[in-house]
Amino acid sequence: MLGMIGATMLLALREIRRHLLRSFLTTLGIIIGVAAVITMVTLGRGLTADVQEDIAGLGSDVFIIFPQRVDPNIAPPPFDDEDIRAVEMQIPGVEGAAGSVQSSTTAFHNGQDWGTTVQGGDNEFFDAQSIEIIEGRPFSDREMARGESVCIVGPKIVEEIFVEGRVIGEQMRLGNVSCQVIGMIDERANAVGGGNDADDVVFMPLKTVQRRFIGNTDVQFFVVKYDPGFSSASIQQQLIDLLRERRVIQEDEPNDFNIVDTAEINDTVNQVTGVMTAVVTVIAGISLLVGGIGIMNIMLVSVTERTREIGIRLAIGALAREVRLQFLTEAVVLCCFGGLLGIGLAFGLSILLASAIDLPFIFDPAVNILSFVFSAVMGIIFGYYPAHRASKLDPIDALRHE
Amino acid sequence: MSNPPLIELQGITKSFGMGAAAFQALKGVDLIIERGDFVAVMGPSGSGKSTTMNILGCLDVPTSGVFKFRGVEVQALTRDQRSLLRRRYLGFVFQGFNLLARTSALENVELPLLYRGESKKARQEAAEHALDQVGLLPWADHTPAELSGGQQQRVAIARALVTQPDVLLADEPTGNLDTERSLEIMELLARLNRTGITILMVTHEMEMAEYAKTIVHFRDGLVERIERGHKSGTPLAEHA
Repeated sequence: MLGMIGATMLLALREIRRHLLRSFLTTLGIIIGVAAVITMVTLGRGLTADVQEDIAGLGSDVFIIFPQRVDPNIAPPPFDDEDIRAVEMQIPGVEGAAGSVQSSTTAFHNGQDWGTTVQGGDNEFFDAQSIEIIEGRPFSDREMARGESVCIVGPKIVEEIFVEGRVIGEQMRLGNVSCQVIGMIDERANAVGGGNDADDVVFMPLKTVQRRFIGNTDVQFFVVKYDPGFSSASIQQQLIDLLRERRVIQEDEPNDFNIVDTAEINDTVNQVTGVMTAVVTVIAGISLLVGGIGIMNIMLVSVTERTREIGIRLAIGALAREVRLQFLTEAVVLCCFGGLLGIGLAFGLSILLASAIDLPFIFDPAVNILSFVFSAVMGIIFGYYPAHRASKLDPIDALRHE
Repeated sequence: MSNPPLIELQGITKSFGMGAAAFQALKGVDLIIERGDFVAVMGPSGSGKSTTMNILGCLDVPTSGVFKFRGVEVQALTRDQRSLLRRRYLGFVFQGFNLLARTSALENVELPLLYRGESKKARQEAAEHALDQVGLLPWADHTPAELSGGQQQRVAIARALVTQPDVLLADEPTGNLDTERSLEIMELLARLNRTGITILMVTHEMEMAEYAKTIVHFRDGLVERIERGHKSGTPLAEHA
């Protein structure tokens, strides 16, 4: 039986070799179908990974809370340190909360200047946002408590106005505030929709920025990190209740603040990706169906064209099931070639497109293997009827066929 | 009972169509063919010679009568059983050569062996041997388009020989060839016959039938006359 399958494969390969161009054109439907599916799925994976990396830049299992205008003419009240303490103390499941403020400024060093952002944030803020210090040290308790003039620089600042390797311990000036560089943070992905380069920033203790750059003790926004064992929806509801109470919002009034939930963004992205995958699957199904019909069509033509040949095979003793197996194998081998070419095409196309639209290329073996298996199955489904027809031919009629 | 004859036809009839349109191609054919014979079947078109060949080739079954091949009643066999019979004992040569285009002579010849599931090496050796028997080993890599008509028919004969059949059935094997090539093919068949292969050949040319030991004349669906005792090979065979 194995020898039989080997021989049938050999016959199928010879047949495809005899009609190279036609075989290629026949499988074009499968090639395009498979290539389209794999390319779309690969790009989808890349997109998801890209977005997830962005979300990771916001920190995982965190809420970001900032004031939001209800009346366009009235600025909403800012948060303050008391709000943050209250959130930390009163809501179970909250691991920590940290406020932040930002201000535009110009950084000076080595006689060069660079327009950037100074951001106030204590070590807790770094934790919540998953910001990593790769050189130097974090702020000391004393520096944070007293609002001392120390700073941790983003990689972009180093690149622009520092000399590589001579960063830590250097003095720099931000506007008219001079400070000592004590650390440098790792590169970060840009937050979703954020226009600023996340690497183009200088961090100082919250108190320092409040006092020296802003001139008050307000907090522009704060992050809340929670234990992932707790329900994010429940914590979010408690946050809303607590903040409404503290900000004295009447029952019929809307919130004058906004809570961004990174888990929620993640869900949304997954939903979008899910919809995209479903759409791609439908398109793939249609294109593969068309491809399969093409295969069936050519196999029927091939059976008619090779009627005499089938007659010869039957005359020299081929069994009906052997003729059927042969044509079926031909269809399957043809489809498998189509699948392989499609996978190759998708590989090239994915790399090209991913780099063109600036997405990571993520090779997904499962999709490739699945597509290949699916092509083979197409061959069986659409090759069966022509093969069956070939096997039912009468040898005498077939031999007489012109 | 002693060894049965290779082929035995008793009262074979064959009808095509139904009712008023029915046509009786064979009206009761009796014929015995022994091992090692070289039989030429002759007769005008419509005399039933092709129908008889189809039955002898186990491609068709008679409407009534008994066809015994090696003592086995063929009309009682299933389609697949007849296929296996052809595969094991019969070789076919057609008027139109019927080689696979764009496929080398060697690959054409090894085709029947593919259905036996033999190893690549065994297939190649047998195919080369068969090509050698018809004198075409040097042309093994040529495709039919690169061969003359006579050479193509010799490849077809090699394909029929490669399974070492008991019987070679040839339907007008020289019908598409000029006289010189035709005589070459007949020489080849006569030579093969001398090695022990039984040959059944349909022809309408007396010149070709002269090579046979037995000539069976068909007319109107019946065997009209049988000439036995022809000496296989003509004066041309002397150089072989």
